[in-house]
Amino acid sequence: MADEGRERRGDVADLAPEGLGAAGSGRLASLGAGGEPQHVAEHGRWSKWREDMSVFASNRLALVSLVLLILVILFCFVGPLLYRSNQTTSTLLNANAAPSAQFPLGTDPEGFDILGRLMFGGQSTIEVAFAVAVISTGFGALFGAVSGYVGGAVDSILMRVVDTMLAIPFLFLAVLIATLLSPTLLIVTVAISAVSWQSTARIVRSETLSLRTRDYVHAATGFGSWHLRLVGRHILPNTIGSIVVNATLKVATAILLYAAVSFLGLGPPPPATSWGAMATIGVQHLYNNTWWELWPAAAAIGITVISVTLIGDGLYGVMARRVITDKQK
Amino acid sequence: MLRYVIHRLGQAVIVLILVSIIMFGLLHAMPGGLVRSQLGSRATKAAVMQLTRLEGLTKPLPVQYGVWLWNALHGYLGFSYRQNTTVGRVLIDYFPRTLILGGGSFLLTVILAVPLGLLQGARANRSLDYGITGGLVTLYSVPTFVKGAVLILLFSIGLGILPGTAQTYGKSFGSDVTELILPILTLTLGSIAYFSRYIRSSVIDNLGEDYVRTARAKGVGRGRLLFRHVLRNALLPFISVVGISLPTIISGTLIIEFLFDYPGLGLVYWNAQQVRTFPIMLGIVLLLSVFVVIGNLFADLAYAALDPRIRYG
Repeated sequence: MADEGRERRGDVADLAPEGLGAAGSGRLASLGAGGEPQHVAEHGRWSKWREDMSVFASNRLALVSLVLLILVILFCFVGPLLYRSNQTTSTLLNANAAPSAQFPLGTDPEGFDILGRLMFGGQSTIEVAFAVAVISTGFGALFGAVSGYVGGAVDSILMRVVDTMLAIPFLFLAVLIATLLSPTLLIVTVAISAVSWQSTARIVRSETLSLRTRDYVHAATGFGSWHLRLVGRHILPNTIGSIVVNATLKVATAILLYAAVSFLGLGPPPPATSWGAMATIGVQHLYNNTWWELWPAAAAIGITVISVTLIGDGLYGVMARRVITDKQK
Repeated sequence: MLRYVIHRLGQAVIVLILVSIIMFGLLHAMPGGLVRSQLGSRATKAAVMQLTRLEGLTKPLPVQYGVWLWNALHGYLGFSYRQNTTVGRVLIDYFPRTLILGGGSFLLTVILAVPLGLLQGARANRSLDYGITGGLVTLYSVPTFVKGAVLILLFSIGLGILPGTAQTYGKSFGSDVTELILPILTLTLGSIAYFSRYIRSSVIDNLGEDYVRTARAKGVGRGRLLFRHVLRNALLPFISVVGISLPTIISGTLIIEFLFDYPGLGLVYWNAQQVRTFPIMLGIVLLLSVFVVIGNLFADLAYAALDPRIRYG
């Protein structure tokens, strides 16, 4: 009975670091627990995929967001091929120039062209955000699956580790990690991942707990399946729905965390940059009325985070729909 | 209830022990080791050996951990040679200010988020709900320091009615209040979206419950239904959300204090980071983590006391 209390708390806690969109992911976990495993025959896989696509497309906001996100990624990675600007050496003679024909979005205090810098900084921002989502989701899913699958004392200890990592205020911890190691792109990614994996671990654990007792898992055990194969082949694939939704929202929180870390001066040093570092320059020169140093970067962060959040919302709808149709079968 | 309290207390103790082990580990993971990181790379060999002996670093690690934990429990978290004061002194001096900032923002968040969430829940999936959600998602999606900058532009540079910095905090009560307004507001704008979102879905869930139908059937008016019946039930799980949001609010104070030059633990932390004063950094993180664990514990116990379903499963 006391355990039940912990479960409830866990469900609520899953939402905590993810902010908005994840308001549903905890409920998805409980929904998923009731659904049947997704063992789909080969010919049924495409029809299922098409069905998912149409559910996603019916959410207009999510669809527009997806297009927007693709445009942002193209802007950052293909844009530099079309719009060339010097992003390696500063030209102090051009410093703080207002937008003009030569510099469509003006220049920053070091004379870097801001439009070009937006692409350049966007690359590192998007790379870090997606790397964090992949690393923290992978680690968290494995952690949660092992914890839920092994159960007992191991589960209790592993979950206390998650509690501990959640108790240490994440920004303080990320700063500490970035300070102990040198501020490179890799270290920043590791530091942000280190404070982002806990929610995945909790969600996957609670789903594993219920999947573990299913008949098909018992059957696989009866056939002599290894523990590793059971977890990797039969349990983790069935938690993929909540994992994907959770990972999407992680991209959004990672962008914001990266911006926060950059604001505190712990991002990679210049000439490397990120949207967060660019917006920081804008805030530092707030009293100089050089608005073009703040707004483009701030807008880039806002637009990207909003689209990723809305895409996560759309994916949640797809997964919830899947669970409902599975239940009806 | 007693069983639940003991169970939950045991969990909190384990988490605290794990926190202390991580902090102790980080203390020893500092670049250059515990001694060099305090004395610098140009310290003489004699000074290094003296401090090594003084800090008890010649003893085995488990013994060192025991001594460190004993000292920490007695409030001694080390000495900062740079500031020439104990870490405990720094914590006592600056923690109340962070508490004022975080606590003030928390109160404001609840005051704003509960009515907003209730309104959204009652008008779910209508244009008003979408409008509020859109605004809140936008607020949430912009970095905290940018929100702060917008407020400074508006109220400090534009209108000139509020100070854009809290540099002189602590001079007089009147100026303290005006200097706190923008930092608290900035912190609130970030957390309000999450809180109201939670209330909204809680209200929607509750509106589908049987007791709402019963209340409607016996003729309870819409306002009374929302405020007397639904709100009270929707607020219950909110208590544990309050505990969970603590790390988010505390992390937010780091950014806010740096942005507004507000002299609290966050600013001290950042300054310590700049000159690599690790004992102070670790002391601050340890204190804040313990605060979060205890806050969570109280939130859960309050939840269990108010909702018997939790303690009896």
